[in-house]
Amino acid sequence: MAVSRREFLKISTAGGVGIVAFGFDLAPAYAVVRELKIERTTETRSICPYCAVSCGVIIHTLGDKSKNVTGTTVVHVEGDPDHPVNRGTLCPKGITLKHDIVNNTRLTKPMYRASGSDHWEEKSWDWMIDTIAQRMKKTRDDTFIEKNAAGQTVNQCPGMAIVGGCTDNNEVNYLLVKWLRSLGVLYTDNQARL
Amino acid sequence: MPSNMELRRISATPSPATGVRTAPTVAKMIDTTTCIGCKACEVACQEWNDLFNADIALEAPSEFGSYQTMPDLTANFWNLIRFNEHVEKRPDGSEKFHWLMAKDQCMHCEDPGCLKACPAPGAIVQYTNGVVDFQQEHCIGCEYCVTGCPFDIPRLSKKTKKVYKCTLCTDRLAYGLEPACIKACPTGCLQFGTKEHLVQIANARVEQLKHNGYEKAAIYDPPGVGGTGVIYVLGLGDQPELYGLPNDPHVPWTVSVWKHALKPIGSLLMIGALLGTIIHYVRYGRNEAPGMRKVDREEV
Repeated sequence: MAVSRREFLKISTAGGVGIVAFGFDLAPAYAVVRELKIERTTETRSICPYCAVSCGVIIHTLGDKSKNVTGTTVVHVEGDPDHPVNRGTLCPKGITLKHDIVNNTRLTKPMYRASGSDHWEEKSWDWMIDTIAQRMKKTRDDTFIEKNAAGQTVNQCPGMAIVGGCTDNNEVNYLLVKWLRSLGVLYTDNQARL
Repeated sequence: MPSNMELRRISATPSPATGVRTAPTVAKMIDTTTCIGCKACEVACQEWNDLFNADIALEAPSEFGSYQTMPDLTANFWNLIRFNEHVEKRPDGSEKFHWLMAKDQCMHCEDPGCLKACPAPGAIVQYTNGVVDFQQEHCIGCEYCVTGCPFDIPRLSKKTKKVYKCTLCTDRLAYGLEPACIKACPTGCLQFGTKEHLVQIANARVEQLKHNGYEKAAIYDPPGVGGTGVIYVLGLGDQPELYGLPNDPHVPWTVSVWKHALKPIGSLLMIGALLGTIIHYVRYGRNEAPGMRKVDREEV
């Protein structure tokens, strides 16, 4: 059967209209579930730094830690279900930890305010550690008590106190106590007690 | 799409939904007697759904005489702990103040009024696990779902002109996780599981409360909407309205009349009018006004 050009155009147009009108649905799928935003993020287990309860958290960071993933960001923080303290739960403050990390006002460098000064200065970690060590040595030398009034050996250093934080784990606290006792420090406390 | 997220119902669509695989019906249980009003669930919802933005600060008045975060739900605040204030009159004449905490969010009705009322195909769906979800891509912003909802949950966004509400974290459920609010709750007053198990747990809790002096304790799983995907344990179960919950919620009769009676009649009338027009044109031809001059191509 020979079909002229005009007839071919007519048939194509009619066919196209028919397909569109009767059941060729160009609409997208009915329901699309949002992708799990933490499916392939890097999970880092940590401890909430706020109160003394020390809840375990999982910090979700974009990227898989490969070499060229450099300017990445935290996208979500939620409770660590394997942590014995909170077993996945978190308080309203702890849940907002993402905003503690991704925050313009977050402190990322050591800051120093000299005694009597009215402003903070930026210092290097090396300077900080050296200065802290020097001052501890000086304080210990100045206040060390080798023998008490009764002549008994006590090796005390009452000029210093040490406070631990809620994110210190057992091992850190063990080392901390070993170290401060070797200095003769008596006054210790921990935020986790509060 | 994962099999637990297949569709059971679709709005404004005559053909049946495509889900054939079975999935356990999931639910949330809210024990209002152990809620301490910490609002961890609110924050967890905002964090997971990335709803933190300046609009919320603008919409929330700084002071409105309550400890509540917001006076009401908004299009980007889907989960609100209501600090309902109640003064108990004791038999000895004394009074005691109580907060009747209630977590206000989508109830994920078995028979959803929003879905029934929705005229946009596919804008509201119910998955085979019972979760009711809005598909904003298909939403036309008509707010009929707001009329259809017996619990007054959906909210129109002024910015996008689409309606939003709690999704029961469908993105988490699809990957086998629990909703964000449930995970956060520090007192365990929020629980997640299958509807079947949670009803058992809730009933056990009601028995315990009755034993402890809450004689009126009851479970809230209103049959008027076929039961809900969010069930409450209420300390004052005989007065759910004290918690801001309707006593006997139903899909509004206007929605049923419109969808079941008026809509088919309207469709018939429209088809009739079309047929009439065609028949009239074939039988009598076009209407010519007196004095109208026929313009031929040749004349021009």
